[in-house]
Amino acid sequence: MGENTMLVKPYGDTLNDGKVQLSFTLPLDASPEAREAARRLANKMGLEEVDVVEMKELGEGFSFFILYGKLRHSVDVSKIKVARVETRTMSYYEINEYIREKIGRKVTVVGACTGSDAHTVGLDAIMNMKGYAGEYGLERYPEINAYNLGSQVPNEELIKKAVEVNADAILVSQVVTQKEIHIKNLTELVELLEAEGLRERFLLIVGGPRITHELALELGFDAGFGPGTIPPDVASYIVQTLVKRKMI
Amino acid sequence: MEEKLKLDRKLVDHCRNLAKEIADGIQGYIDENTTTTVERTVVRLMGIDGVEERGIEVPLPNIVVDDVHEHGQLGKGIAYWLGNAMLETGKSLQEIAEAVAVGRLSLVELPRHNLAEVRKVLEGVVVEMVNRIKKRREEREELMNKYPPGPQPWLYVIVATGNIYEDVVQARAAARQGADVIAVIRSTAQSLLDYVPYGPTTEGFGGTYATQANFRIMREGLDEVIREIGRYVQLVNYASGLAMPEITAMGAMERLDMMLNDAMYGILFRDINMKRTFIDQYFSRMINAFAGIIINTGEDNYLTTADAVEEAHTVLASQFINEELARRSGLKPDQMGLGHAFEINPDIEDGFLMEVAQAQLIRQIFPEAPLKYMPPTKYMSGDIFKGHLMDGMFNLVSIMTGQSIQLLGMLTEAIHTPFLSDRALSIENAKYIFNNARHLQEEIYFKNDGRIQKRADRVLNETCQMLEEIADKGLMKAIEEGMFADICRSIDGGKGADGVVKKGNDYFNPFMEIFREELGI
Repeated sequence: MGENTMLVKPYGDTLNDGKVQLSFTLPLDASPEAREAARRLANKMGLEEVDVVEMKELGEGFSFFILYGKLRHSVDVSKIKVARVETRTMSYYEINEYIREKIGRKVTVVGACTGSDAHTVGLDAIMNMKGYAGEYGLERYPEINAYNLGSQVPNEELIKKAVEVNADAILVSQVVTQKEIHIKNLTELVELLEAEGLRERFLLIVGGPRITHELALELGFDAGFGPGTIPPDVASYIVQTLVKRKMI
Repeated sequence: MEEKLKLDRKLVDHCRNLAKEIADGIQGYIDENTTTTVERTVVRLMGIDGVEERGIEVPLPNIVVDDVHEHGQLGKGIAYWLGNAMLETGKSLQEIAEAVAVGRLSLVELPRHNLAEVRKVLEGVVVEMVNRIKKRREEREELMNKYPPGPQPWLYVIVATGNIYEDVVQARAAARQGADVIAVIRSTAQSLLDYVPYGPTTEGFGGTYATQANFRIMREGLDEVIREIGRYVQLVNYASGLAMPEITAMGAMERLDMMLNDAMYGILFRDINMKRTFIDQYFSRMINAFAGIIINTGEDNYLTTADAVEEAHTVLASQFINEELARRSGLKPDQMGLGHAFEINPDIEDGFLMEVAQAQLIRQIFPEAPLKYMPPTKYMSGDIFKGHLMDGMFNLVSIMTGQSIQLLGMLTEAIHTPFLSDRALSIENAKYIFNNARHLQEEIYFKNDGRIQKRADRVLNETCQMLEEIADKGLMKAIEEGMFADICRSIDGGKGADGVVKKGNDYFNPFMEIFREELGI
């Protein structure tokens, strides 16, 4: 073990007790055997001293379990590096001032919920005039031209619009997802942009409850924003990155 | 019911009069036009069903209606052309549709008979369908007598696996756990399909396609459980989007009990052309009225884009308009599941009081309506523990204010379509609170000049002002200016505008005639 090793495991009420709670459903009627099956599954997950504290019949041959156990495993935190958006979040006023001073023209942003996703909550929170959590959305920024294309926008249409208005950044929101369809959607957008030789022309940003910056990078995006993001987080990233990459 | 809030009744009456004025403003468009989907609904009601393989499966109702529409002859009503073809060919309607599909027949090229003859030849087919729908309505009444539904608020849950057979398993489990109402969420983007998919489906995203076969499979699956548990379980689907009235007709034939069927939702949230939507909703709601189906309106959605504190009056204003439009289609007050939602930011001090005020206000203004109350969605997060508690607060407002249809909140709302266990937990949450506070409503009055009373007064006043403004400029203009949900839609923009067709003087729609007569419109 190296000098800086820092092993960590879950904390219940004593350091390193490894206490974990979990719940799941099994396709079994409630019975002592089902309870034992739940316990053994938890063992296989790396839990010891498993307590099945609740077993509930759900009907149609299903039951629900709540369990506690002590996790055998630990991880070395000193070895973990996670990519994150590094830009400093500025205020609404700072951002507009920054654009006037360092960019000297308006910044254009096009946003959409792509594919089959009809949920605009996230996109609206970032783009709508009114904004979210007391922060104005991008439409309100005098130095930003914001185009909110709404929901269920095909990737082709989003690209067409971005080219047409000569966008600096493309925002994609993916909220409701099933069977990983959001990954397919996002990958397709990157592929289309690359096929048309347009990928480097735009900052490509994705947001949504299941999005991390790490995932975004993996999919070929420039940045990803998860839950709790406010409009100035995104705006700050866009303007600072445009300047840094000399995309002005 | 005792008046817990002291409402200015004159103001409420004034709002209703304004809603009439607003509805008058669009009634002209509705009466003068039909749409491709209204005509396809007529085709379906005549018993024509099936698809023609053309690379993709194209439904026969689309083929038949397009054949006439392409010749610019849809203004006479598809019923005329079908009846005419029956007279001319002596074939059944299904055979005629199949002949059109393979290009052996074009309806407009046949010699034309007069309307009286056409009317006569179609009589049997029309009466057969009207009786079929009546029978399904009676069947529901009988089953509800034999297996009485649970007490209100009804526990309403969704299933959304994408696979109808998987949906049935989840729906049956939910029914056994205590659900009173099961909605099969549609696959995302079905609302933008200008046709209805065909047959049982096993793939969908975020939901399952609404098809007549899927309706039947789910109905049968639930009916079995109903007999076992001795409690009627209602089935819901979504009559919205570009095929709104067709889906309603399918629901009427397969004994669905509720339909999401809003007059403006598609315009605002799916960017469907407003004229098209107003025409479609009129006929769609007429079928629901006749079939004894409860409609659910979609005002709750406004608060997902607009702020629930500042824009509460837009919900009430829209409810007045939805009520008036529904009335014009022959829906009775006890079929009007007007929608609203618990969407106030949980960090706001006394937010709960404002939710109570809104729910109680609406309860008193629409005393007979089976109000549909929607759970928190906007402020739900990955913190499922807090989410579960918010859902509990939502349930408490409902039982305190006598709501009727409770769409149960899921603790995992912000994460995924519900797991089987999420649904079970939400049912347990609601059952606990509804039972534990069953008669709380009867024990409370709201303080005169208290916070709840003042909040309700304010919302009602703002509603009145908003309705005055809409009445003044017209509903279409109001939507154009973004008065609902902060969303602007232009009068001639949106999807499906090309499906609006001006009726000729000789327009013929035998079902609309019968429904009007039976419903006393």
